[in-house]
Amino acid sequence: MKQLPRLLMFLAALSLLALFIWPMWKIVLYAPQYPDGVEMHIYINKLGGTSPGTLQNVNILNHYVGMKAIEPDSIPELQYFQYVILALVFLGLVATAINRRWAFMAWLILLVVLAIAGIYDFYLWEYDYGHNLSDTAPIKIPGASFQPPLIGVKEILNFTAVSLPHWGGYFFGLGMILAGVASWLTGKTRRA
Amino acid sequence: MKIQLSKLLPFCILAAGMLWSTSCGKPASASKGGALGSDAASRVYVAPGQYDEFYAFISGGFSGQLSVYGIPSGRLLKVIPVFSVDAEKGYGFNEETKPMLNTSFGFVPWDDAHHPELSQTNGETDGRWCFINGNNTPRVARIDLSTFETAEIIEIPNSGGNHSSPFTTENTEYVVAGTRFGVPYPQKDVAIDSYAENFRGALTYISVAPETGHMEVAFQVLLPAFDYDLAHSGKGKSHGWTFFTTYNTELKSSLLEVNASQNDKDFIAAINWKKAEEYIKQGKFREMPARYASNRYDDSVHGATSTMKDKVKVLIPEECPGLVYFLPTPKSPHGVDVDPTGEYIVGNGKLSADLTVHSFTKMQEAIAKQAFETTIEGIPVLKFDDVLAGVVTKPGLGPLHTEFDGQGNAYTTFFISSEVVKWKVGTWEVVDRAPCYYSVGHLMIPGGDSRKPDGKYLVAMNKITKDRYLPTGPELTQSAQLYDISGDKMELLLDFPTIGEPHYAQGIAASKIVDRSRKIFPIEENKHPYRAMGEKETKVVREGNTVHVYMTMIRSHFAPDNIEGIKVGDKVYFHLTNLEQDWDTPHGFSVMGARNAEILIMPGQTETLLWEPQREGVFPFYCTDFCSALHQEMQGYVRVSAAGANTPLKWKLGDDVMQ
Ligand SMILES: [Cu+2]
Repeated sequence: MKQLPRLLMFLAALSLLALFIWPMWKIVLYAPQYPDGVEMHIYINKLGGTSPGTLQNVNILNHYVGMKAIEPDSIPELQYFQYVILALVFLGLVATAINRRWAFMAWLILLVVLAIAGIYDFYLWEYDYGHNLSDTAPIKIPGASFQPPLIGVKEILNFTAVSLPHWGGYFFGLGMILAGVASWLTGKTRRA
Repeated sequence: MKIQLSKLLPFCILAAGMLWSTSCGKPASASKGGALGSDAASRVYVAPGQYDEFYAFISGGFSGQLSVYGIPSGRLLKVIPVFSVDAEKGYGFNEETKPMLNTSFGFVPWDDAHHPELSQTNGETDGRWCFINGNNTPRVARIDLSTFETAEIIEIPNSGGNHSSPFTTENTEYVVAGTRFGVPYPQKDVAIDSYAENFRGALTYISVAPETGHMEVAFQVLLPAFDYDLAHSGKGKSHGWTFFTTYNTELKSSLLEVNASQNDKDFIAAINWKKAEEYIKQGKFREMPARYASNRYDDSVHGATSTMKDKVKVLIPEECPGLVYFLPTPKSPHGVDVDPTGEYIVGNGKLSADLTVHSFTKMQEAIAKQAFETTIEGIPVLKFDDVLAGVVTKPGLGPLHTEFDGQGNAYTTFFISSEVVKWKVGTWEVVDRAPCYYSVGHLMIPGGDSRKPDGKYLVAMNKITKDRYLPTGPELTQSAQLYDISGDKMELLLDFPTIGEPHYAQGIAASKIVDRSRKIFPIEENKHPYRAMGEKETKVVREGNTVHVYMTMIRSHFAPDNIEGIKVGDKVYFHLTNLEQDWDTPHGFSVMGARNAEILIMPGQTETLLWEPQREGVFPFYCTDFCSALHQEMQGYVRVSAAGANTPLKWKLGDDVMQ
């Protein structure tokens, strides 16, 4: 029982590895012609979807309104973000080794700061794709923007766009919770 | 209409006594509604957006194609081009599928497609392939049920009228192809009067490779020149045997309607194909000269190749004891159908008033006893009474085909009395009958010729429709009629038109196919020699008078879409690669003055249209399949200069001059 906080911290660090298996985020577009939705997956190091053609399909849909093509090679975050995650896992293991409340807390704060930064970065990309439209777009709708929701559901022209975390994102959240509980338990045992 | 009838009514009443057969005096059973089941509409209603419970594969007869319907709704889902060119899909017009219709006679753009047969595993339909025979230029086709496209066609050598075909064995070891016409074997110039001496009937066994489905002519069994009408392979205890019906055992070549209807009994030929395999292994076959085409389509190169073969292995019954037996069967039996247990072999003697059923067990006993009635060309004829299991007495007129429901009942169609009759296997008693509108040929119960019938629905296919639908001039549609057979009584639910003339059909639970159905061809697996894997790979290449255009299509443009430097007299091959990777996004391609057809390219596929420009000018091309909001903008131009002109070859897309 005494080792429980340390075990939780260890699991918190490991839970970030889920980001190498599952996408962290998904954006699903529903339209009459896409009853099952076009489901795009955002991984820490690539973009994908429920089929190999998903990204191409999203780009085909987007080009009618002049959105630029989403090219994974042009998104630097996809190159370096995986190293940030690996570093976080490493620091999490260091915190496990230290096995002190301050270490757990420090790791948790780092995670929260990075999550906020990541979401802000995601917002900027969405804003850019949604507002930076080509002058020669076949379909122009004055005043319209095609920015998908940060999180939740939004109607964009004929599409319903849904933006939600995927498994990787949930495991990231789990890491935060586990680190938080670990910190809290260490504080409690001290006082006791 | 009502007014006219009421005006006529007094006349009808007066004349009714004399003119029983006029429309006013129609017998009750011929009233237009027929015996319509109660609440029929709701039982065939499949709500918009909902799926049918079964697929039905219904032969297109003289259209040469295979149609796919949903059951119970009777909605037409697809027409699969098989033996006939199809301008709609470019089948037989694009360069990739032309080899599919190659034969020893050259390119044959049509055939008469009769009997679809689903592949089976352990006697049960497995949803992998559907086979169908081409009657006129003897062929068998294999349709891949992951793409619903014809994957292979093999020609049958030294055969004439491939009617008793394809009828699979219970693990799709073989599909068969028995000749309907006796022909000189091998073909030669002889007097038709020398039929009895010079003509033979070959029964062909086509092996099917378990993984690829590839078909090969494994061997032929050479028999007297009877007309081999239909077939079914044994199952369960009779697995290893195939039964073929015969008519014209009189061996006549003229006025067959009379001359081939004289013998009291014709035969069912029972072939022991396991024995045949032993004889082949022992080398007891003769190799005969042959000439036949084997055509295969390959989904990775998106094209077909045709190979000519020149030999066939033939087994002669006189040299192979135990290979063939004849079972005497009354009056020109048409269909031969084996019940789900494999014990009963139903001979539908089409000119007989009764239905003859043979027993497989009794046949085995008779063979063991060696008490034969006679021998024809080394083939023992078993005694009728020795093999007879029972007779369904006077069930109707003109029995043609029988299917089974898996609950001990059999259903037989009667062409002349235009009805389906239900009877009990084993007791041979007739338990129900239902009229057909009109002149039913084949019938189908999903899995009804397999070991595991799905005895919920029955589809009867009618040759004549007369007054059943709005008239369409002298040529009327044929029809299919759906009956609910889940209860004691058959109930007519639905009546729907078919393409061509439906002969046989096959049905299968949709669940066995739905998940196998492909949505796209992955572009990275495209091995077409003229593919363009992206717009960067598009180009125009001149080789003398031949020009290859490597063109791509994606919503909503071609790349390139402006081409110059083509000359009168060139052979221009447009190789179109559809870059789409989304379900249901084909693009089409057509170019003005093309003397063939459009082509329709599925996502990830490459197809080629040959265009031979005859005049100078600038000719438009466009996408024929409404692909997107900007489909109408999906168009381009090709400039044609005089034969000797030196217009440079160049092409572009938008402001990007690609060359
Ligand atoms: Cu198009």
